[in-house]
Amino acid sequence: MCGYKNVTTSALGGNEMLDISAWFNDLLAGNLIFTPTTLGYYWEGLVTTTQLVFLSLIAGLVLAVPLAIMRSSKHKWISLPIYFYTYVFRGTPLLIQLYIIYYGVVFIDGIQETFLWPLLREAFYPALLAFTLNTAAYTTEIFRGAIKTTSKGEIEAARAYGMSDSLMMRRIILPSAFRRALPAYGNEVIFMLHASAIASVVTLMDLTGAARFVYARFYAPFEAFLFVAAIYLCLTFAILYFFRFLEKKLLAHLRPQTN
Amino acid sequence: MLDLQGYGPRLIEGAGVTLQLAVLSLILAIVLGLLTATAKMSRNWLLHRTATVYTTVIRGVPDLVLMMLLFFGGQIGVNAISDMLYDNYNIDIYINFNAFAAGVITIGFIFGAYMGETFRGAFMAVDNGQIEAGKAYGMSSALVFRRIRFPQMMRHALPGLSNNWMVLLKTTALVSVIGLTDMVRVAAEASRATHEPFVFLLPVAAVYLLIASVSEWIFVRLQKRYDIGFGGQ
Repeated sequence: MCGYKNVTTSALGGNEMLDISAWFNDLLAGNLIFTPTTLGYYWEGLVTTTQLVFLSLIAGLVLAVPLAIMRSSKHKWISLPIYFYTYVFRGTPLLIQLYIIYYGVVFIDGIQETFLWPLLREAFYPALLAFTLNTAAYTTEIFRGAIKTTSKGEIEAARAYGMSDSLMMRRIILPSAFRRALPAYGNEVIFMLHASAIASVVTLMDLTGAARFVYARFYAPFEAFLFVAAIYLCLTFAILYFFRFLEKKLLAHLRPQTN
Repeated sequence: MLDLQGYGPRLIEGAGVTLQLAVLSLILAIVLGLLTATAKMSRNWLLHRTATVYTTVIRGVPDLVLMMLLFFGGQIGVNAISDMLYDNYNIDIYINFNAFAAGVITIGFIFGAYMGETFRGAFMAVDNGQIEAGKAYGMSSALVFRRIRFPQMMRHALPGLSNNWMVLLKTTALVSVIGLTDMVRVAAEASRATHEPFVFLLPVAAVYLLIASVSEWIFVRLQKRYDIGFGGQ
């Protein structure tokens, strides 16, 4: 109760910083679960989750662009293998992909002698690899859809200017395809954030891992998981608004004109 | 030939658990989705608000976190209720929190939110004139729903429905983390015990692909069925 009192006095009087920290300490004082230590675990979890999601999205994006171009190729022998890759990775649960990479990486012949081994021995890098391959598959299909819906007129105009295939891809098709892919890609980013929760299954201390730890330590499922759910909700909204802002900026030319 | 080292029967049993879980959650999700869509379109402020909060919160939180909340919190909640009954009314019952039922409820609850959005869009795509025509024939609201709104809505809902089903199917793999013995759990246990992850995990992945391919085929046929009268355009 006294926590609330402090807030009202701080709103009235000056010296706000001091009152807020006193209020924060008051808030934690009567609380057995959310101590500075456990909040530290949640913070570490937030860092791990952000790293995992951000790195896998960047790597997935880099992979997806050439894959999407290959997937849109007229030649079956180029597009079919890519289709097979996306079909398998989109048709099976991410958890299985994670297990296969996490448990299976040890059994690649000679891997323990290479420079990669110290990296792959930890849970972080197998998880990163699984997430990257997964998001690359989804992103490839998103981009491929966007490339396919490029209007005929734009391509004809580029041809009429005598552009080569690669120049046309670079200057005409890809820039407009990226814009069209933006809403779907925003969904994919949110999906990856949510999917990253399974990293806790392979012993990683991500946000969900921290919540599981707090649950096991205090046997307090509601506090542990509701708190982490609130953090995920905030992150989701942040991503949502970021993509809405991007759409507003980059898709401004598609909005109905008002004048 | 594939040597499953005695894990074969358990893997098949696990596949059965996966399928049952997926189908039952789908049914629950469709029912919840229809209710949510109706609530979202209703003029009642409270219903509309509740449905919006439900779909927003559920879609903003990872499935696994919601599952853990319900699984781990569920037993405590159930115990609290039975304690309360014993203390106040002297009723002595022990309710065992069934993991399978909890799985169905959680997944159904999560996908009810997604289905709600799908159905809402589909209901709005049905031409208002159709409903007016039904009313002009003296049909009751229930009859209009059954004969006019639902069949025409399904035509628009099927692509989203099929998409949700594919995601739901893959989400069932998460129950293995919480303690249900589905095929992923059996495969993970077997790969830890035998140190041969590929032998167990790859066939399980193939089963998921098989279920996905079969359901894709079914959805194409359903779409053809519901497109009758609209086809060819």
